[in-house]
Amino acid sequence: MSTHSSRLAARIMVAPSVVLLFIWMAVPLAMTLYYSFRLYRLLSPDRTGWVGFNNYLWFFNSPEFWLALWNTLALVGGVLVVTVVLGILIALLIDQPVKGQGLLRILVIAPFFVMPPVAASIWENLFMHPQNGLFAALARGFGAQPILFLENHPMLSVIGIVSWEWLPFATLILLTSLQSLSSEQLEAAEMDGASAFNRLRHIILPHMTRAITVVILIQTIFLLGIFGEIFTTTQGGPGSASTTLPYMIFKQAIAAKDIGRAAAGGIIAVILANIVAYFLMRGIGRHLDA
Amino acid sequence: MARAVSPRRRMFTTIAAWSVALIIFFPVLWMILTSFKTEASAVASPPELFSADWTVENYVEVWSRSDYPRFFWNSVVISLGSTLLGLAIAIPAAWAMAFVPGRRTKDLLMWMLSTKMMPAVAVMIPLYLLFLRLGLIDTRIGLVLALMLMNLPIIVWMLYTYFKEIPGEILEAARMDGASLPKEILYVLTPIALPGIASTLLLNVILAWNEAFWTIVLTTTKAAPLSAFIASFSAPQGLFYAKLSAASTLAIAPILILGWFSQKQLVRGLTFGAVK
Amino acid sequence: MGKITLKHVNKSFGDVAVIPDINLSIEDGEFVVFVGPSGCGKSTLLRLIAGLEDVTSGQIDIDGTDATYLPPAKRGLAMVFQSYALYPHMTVRKNIAFPLKMAGLPEDEQEKKVQNAARILNLTNYLDRRPGQLSGGQRQRVAIGRAIVREPAAFLFDEPLSNLDAALRVTMRQEITELHQSLKTTMIYVTHDQVEAMTMADKIVVLNAGNIEQVGSPLELYHRPANLFVAGFIGSPKMNLIAGAAAQAQGATTIGVRPEHLDITDSGPWRGVVGLTEHLGSDTFLKVTLDSGEALTVRAGGEVALRHGDRIALAPQAGKIHRFDADGKAMA
Repeated sequence: MSTHSSRLAARIMVAPSVVLLFIWMAVPLAMTLYYSFRLYRLLSPDRTGWVGFNNYLWFFNSPEFWLALWNTLALVGGVLVVTVVLGILIALLIDQPVKGQGLLRILVIAPFFVMPPVAASIWENLFMHPQNGLFAALARGFGAQPILFLENHPMLSVIGIVSWEWLPFATLILLTSLQSLSSEQLEAAEMDGASAFNRLRHIILPHMTRAITVVILIQTIFLLGIFGEIFTTTQGGPGSASTTLPYMIFKQAIAAKDIGRAAAGGIIAVILANIVAYFLMRGIGRHLDA
Repeated sequence: MARAVSPRRRMFTTIAAWSVALIIFFPVLWMILTSFKTEASAVASPPELFSADWTVENYVEVWSRSDYPRFFWNSVVISLGSTLLGLAIAIPAAWAMAFVPGRRTKDLLMWMLSTKMMPAVAVMIPLYLLFLRLGLIDTRIGLVLALMLMNLPIIVWMLYTYFKEIPGEILEAARMDGASLPKEILYVLTPIALPGIASTLLLNVILAWNEAFWTIVLTTTKAAPLSAFIASFSAPQGLFYAKLSAASTLAIAPILILGWFSQKQLVRGLTFGAVK
Repeated sequence: MGKITLKHVNKSFGDVAVIPDINLSIEDGEFVVFVGPSGCGKSTLLRLIAGLEDVTSGQIDIDGTDATYLPPAKRGLAMVFQSYALYPHMTVRKNIAFPLKMAGLPEDEQEKKVQNAARILNLTNYLDRRPGQLSGGQRQRVAIGRAIVREPAAFLFDEPLSNLDAALRVTMRQEITELHQSLKTTMIYVTHDQVEAMTMADKIVVLNAGNIEQVGSPLELYHRPANLFVAGFIGSPKMNLIAGAAAQAQGATTIGVRPEHLDITDSGPWRGVVGLTEHLGSDTFLKVTLDSGEALTVRAGGEVALRHGDRIALAPQAGKIHRFDADGKAMA
């Protein structure tokens, strides 16, 4: 519904965004693809050449890779489950008539605004630290041995930290959705004799489907790239116990200075992200009315 | 869902909700409390909720004895700069998509969002090398560009959902009234969409401020913002807990306050308008 | 001046021709109403004239010069939108002055024209308010004010009254008609409401599926509908259309009789049973089901005492029967 001139104008106006994003995405991706087939080690810069799929094979043959892949999926999945489930429960709770709702919401949303390195360092030092952390003090108070969170349960600890960061986001979106549910619907269901559980199951949860999908989509986008929290706390360790795919690539590039291998890892990460994105977009496409 | 509830139930939910909220907020609270303790009291066993001799010494020290002001200033410049630049590029694009939609507009939006799904590490090395070649490593302008591009899809999409709620007739009226395209955007669209533009700005300032990958990869010292500074802040065996807490509190305080003021708009923005 | 001529105007979206081929001439100073059911292309036609859409082929002349490819601002036309399209962030004064500001007029002249328009439209006391603080009727007047100050060659109205309540609609209808009489500027007015068309227009253009069904004065359309579509669209309640034996008796495929042209008389040829009766006070509308199965609407006097189930006989008034051939065209 427009004229030739406005359509022309529209193309010109979209062009900078599209061109910039294309360059931002395509040029590095093409370079990564190129490097992934090259021998390229910063420690031995004079030995270069094509190596075929060797860089990829190195990944597939490395037990660390499969662990990292598992850790990545466990991190995304674990955080999603924790935040969505707790998010629904908390949203239901603070949607009730509660005194001081405004202040309450401010407290609940706070972790979302804490930058990842700070969040990680609070948890690492003030809470999980085996000597000076609050958890250790608590354990000692009960006469128990302090739990070595980051040493013995590194992945669970990271999932816990990241869940804490994202829980407010999930809660807030689910709460917003909950508040848009008309009370008449619930009253009608109550008149029809539906129990609290049935109202939750047949009216409230279906109403929140869209919000839940949005939470999953947005969080997945950010969770696939989780880096700062691991960098600050476990550095991927102990050993490789909490190494995710992004962190493994980072290690190859920065510690091992093997650009070729890191590039191959990057391509694998892109493929993984695309697989996840494909399923997500198919799910979300219906809900995001673009 | 304001419904009649008994006072007893109301009291129960109030207690439950406040307990949950305090548990969620506690780590932040604990950090803030620790930042006012002496280093000795910060690692005291058993822990002290309030320090007997609380002090602002940690803040004074962090601010004056380190390069903290520089990191802070870098954060301000980088997050504001990248967001403003992103808005300048995204407003025309969102105008085009919202008011002159074509058959491929939806695909274009999905493609833009999909660039966000690409893991940053995958393109870390080439980008590092490109930035090195262009002399942008450890420069503010380099980080402004990187974070602008990182958040551009979100900015475009947020603006698009806000613009789509503005009736196209108003822009057509402006066109009939003789406004050229730049004037139409400047005098009519932008003022009407100001609330939406403001919340887009806020959210993206927050995202840029808290970004901790590109800031670590693309800076060393000169242009490093707070996120890079905190990430590399090692706290050997709790000797600097109070100072670490003070530095951390300073790093998140501006964003925490900004976020609290704008939480309603943020929800709408982050869901791309998909949840009302 | 505001003479607008459309020559073989065609508008297609992809393969779909929304407007296949329209030729129309609008004289200077005329009040022309485009009327038709929703989706008939009347709004699209208006937007083509405004320049908010491109014609796919054909030519639009404004005052004798080809305006087909001129941008909206260069056509010298002003438009009043269905939603009023007021700028919510500007005061009434700034809204009305906006086209003048865009034209680069000095501020004192802008103010003079705004004051003048405000006086005509009774908006003087509201100049410093924002659109959000005005009632529907006042918003409508601001939209008209914004159009007036430009002194356009023609005004375009796109269903401007459809967002108002019934009482206000009648008032605004009269105000717009009076405005036309005092300004004597060409006005093109789009509506789906045939009452608006009948009461306001010098010339009505009846559109259906992108084609012009008939052009004429309101009474021409009422008395001499060119085809079944116009016959059924113009007039309230609708004209009764009867096919079958009664029509064949008149040598036509279909005949039409308006409800006000049916008399209740014992000698009438059409017999039937009264169904629904609607008492409006001044008139009574009867739904009568004929023995042959057709349902007719009859307008009777306000005092008629017929009830549900009564048997009556109806007679069409002489010379008031419209005859249509198999293609739906009116027969002489």
